[in-house]
Amino acid sequence: MNGRKSFKDDEFSFDMNTMTGISSAWSETKIKERVLTQFNQTRARRNIINATAVYGLSFCAILVLFCLFNIIFHLLVQGFSSLNRDFFLQLPKPVGEPGGGTANAIVGTLILLIVAVLVGVPIGLGAGIYLSEYAHQRFAQAVRFTTDVMNGIPSIVFGIFAWTILVVPFKSFSALSGGIALGIMMIPMITRTTEGFVRMVPVPLREAGLAIGTPKWRVIKDIVVPSSLGGIVTGIMVSLARVAGETAPLLFTAFGNHFWHSSLLAPIAALPLQIFSYAISPFEDWHRQAWAGALVLILIVFVINLCSSYFVGRQRRMFSSHK
Amino acid sequence: MGPFPRSKNMEKFGQRKDAVDIVFQRTMLVFPLLVLLIVGGIFVQLLLSSWISIKEFGPAFLVTSTWDPVAEKFGALPFIFGTIVSSLVALLLAVPIGLGTAIYLAEYAPQWPRRIISSLVDLLAAIPSVIYGLWGIFVLVPVMRSHVQPFLGKYLGFLPFFQGPAYGIGMFSASVILAIMIIPFIISISREVILAVPHVYKEAAYAMGATRWEAICTIILSYGKAGILGGIILAMGRAIGETMAVTMAIGNNVKISASLFSPAYTLASVIANEFAEATSKLYLASLTHIGLVLFLVSIVVNILAWLLLWRINERQKIFQGR
Repeated sequence: MNGRKSFKDDEFSFDMNTMTGISSAWSETKIKERVLTQFNQTRARRNIINATAVYGLSFCAILVLFCLFNIIFHLLVQGFSSLNRDFFLQLPKPVGEPGGGTANAIVGTLILLIVAVLVGVPIGLGAGIYLSEYAHQRFAQAVRFTTDVMNGIPSIVFGIFAWTILVVPFKSFSALSGGIALGIMMIPMITRTTEGFVRMVPVPLREAGLAIGTPKWRVIKDIVVPSSLGGIVTGIMVSLARVAGETAPLLFTAFGNHFWHSSLLAPIAALPLQIFSYAISPFEDWHRQAWAGALVLILIVFVINLCSSYFVGRQRRMFSSHK
Repeated sequence: MGPFPRSKNMEKFGQRKDAVDIVFQRTMLVFPLLVLLIVGGIFVQLLLSSWISIKEFGPAFLVTSTWDPVAEKFGALPFIFGTIVSSLVALLLAVPIGLGTAIYLAEYAPQWPRRIISSLVDLLAAIPSVIYGLWGIFVLVPVMRSHVQPFLGKYLGFLPFFQGPAYGIGMFSASVILAIMIIPFIISISREVILAVPHVYKEAAYAMGATRWEAICTIILSYGKAGILGGIILAMGRAIGETMAVTMAIGNNVKISASLFSPAYTLASVIANEFAEATSKLYLASLTHIGLVLFLVSIVVNILAWLLLWRINERQKIFQGR
C-alpha cells in the first residue's frame, strides 16, 4: 500500500468517525478484545475454520449464480422454441384455439411506457433538479426521505391509487390509469438519480456561468442539465426498465385486452399481464406463449438496462478529467 | 464530448433576469411538492376508499380469520399470517446466502470474477417479478413437488412445518421464489456496507494474528451490523410487498396452516386476485383496507431501514442496486 492510499484511508475513517459516531466504540482495546477471544481455540482449528469458510462463501455465490442461470436457461430454451412470426404480428386467438400472437400486448406495453414516461419524467426530473439546486436542507431531506419510502411502497398499492383516481371516476379500466400508475412508480428513482448526477456537476462550472452574469435558471438549463444529461438519461432508463416488467399495478388499471385498444380511456393489453394470464391458464399453447412473452419482455428490460449503462459510462467520462 | 457544453447564446448571458429566476424557482418547486402530494394522496385515497370497511370491521379486521365474500364477512388475518410467514421463511433462506455471497465478493473474490458476479447479480435483480412467477410455476414447483418436499417430509416430517401432502404449489415454493428475488438486494447492500469498513480496523485485526475469517466475523460483520440489518429490513419490505411471483406460486387458499407445504395467501396476492372481480362495495373496501395495511407496513419497514441506512447511503453513489 503506498502513502497516498493510506492517507485516503485515514481521511475516510476520520470522516466515518465524525459522521456516524460509531467508532467511538471502536477503540483499539475493543478490537483487541474481540480478536483475542478467538485465541482460546488452537491455531490448527482456527486455520481449518478459515479454510472451510472460503468454500462455504463461494458455495453461496455459486448457488446464486445457479438460480440465475437456471432462470435464463429456461427462458431461452422455452422462449425461443415458442417464438415465431405470428407471436409478433397476430392478435391472441380465442380461448382454447392454438396459434395467434401478442402483437397487441407488445404495442400496449409500449403505449403504457410512453404514458409512464410523460408522467414520471417531468416530475422526477423537476424534483431532482430542485432538490440539488434550490432546496433548503430540511426540505430536501424531507423530500429525499419521501422518495426513499415511496420506492419501497408495494407496486400493487400504486395500482389501487391509480384505480381510485382514474378508474372509479371514468367508470372504465383504461390505458391512461395504467400508464399513470407506472409513471408514479418511476418518480422516486428518477428524482434520486437526477439529484445525484446534477449535484456532481463541478461548482467551478456553475460559477463560470454565474461570473459572466448568467441568471441561475440559464445556468441550470444551459450548463448544469446538459453536462449531467448522460446520468439523467441513465436514471430514466433504469426506472423505465423497472416498470416495464411491472404487472401488479396494471391488473385493475390497464386490465388487459384481447384486441387492439380503442383509446387511452379503454382497457389495453400489456405484455406482463398477458404472461400472467397465460401462465395461470390451463392451456398448453398459452403456456408456450407465456414463455415466448417472458423472453421478449426480458429482452426489452435488458436492452433498456444496457443502453443505460452506455449513458452512465458517458457521464463518468465527462468529468473524469476534472477531479 | 468536451467537458464544457457550448451554448450558442453565450453573449446574451450578460444581464441578470431576477424576475425570471424567481418565477423559475417557484415553478420548479411544484415538482418536489407534487412528490409529497402523491404520497399523501395515496394515503388519503386508500383511507377514503376503505372507509366503509374500516367503519364496519374496525381494528378487529386485522385479527379476524373469516374471508367470506358471499356473507360479506371480511378479516385479514390469513393474509397477514401468509405475508409474515412467507417473508420470514424467505429471509431465513436469503440472508445467509446473500450475506455469504456479499462477503465472498467483497473480501475473497479476485477482481475479474467480482465484477462479473456483481453484474450478474444486478441481472438477477432486473428480472421482472412475473417472470419469476412463470419460472416458479413451470420449473420450481414441479421440482418441489417431486423431490424437495418429499425429501423434507421424510427427514424433517416430525416438525409440523413439513407435514402434509406435497402439492408443490404453496407457502414453501413461494418463499423460495421470494428468497431468490430478495437475494440481490441483500447482496448489493451488504457488499457496499462491507466495502465501507475502514481498512485500518481490518488491518488491526490481522496485525493481532486473526485469520481472514476471524477478521470478517469480529470486525467487518459487527462494524457493518447496522447497515446489514438495514439491508435485510429493506429486503423484508420487498418480500412483504411482492405480488406477482407469490400470487402465482402460493396457491391462494384462505387458510391458516402450520405446514409450509399447504397453499396459503398473502396481503398483496389477495388484492391481485380478487380486486378486479370484487362486486360489492364492502368487498372492494375490504380489499382496499388490505392495501392500506400493506401501505402502512411498507412505510414503517422503510422508515426503519432508512434510519439504519441513511448514513451509509449519503456517502455512497446514487445507485443502490434494485
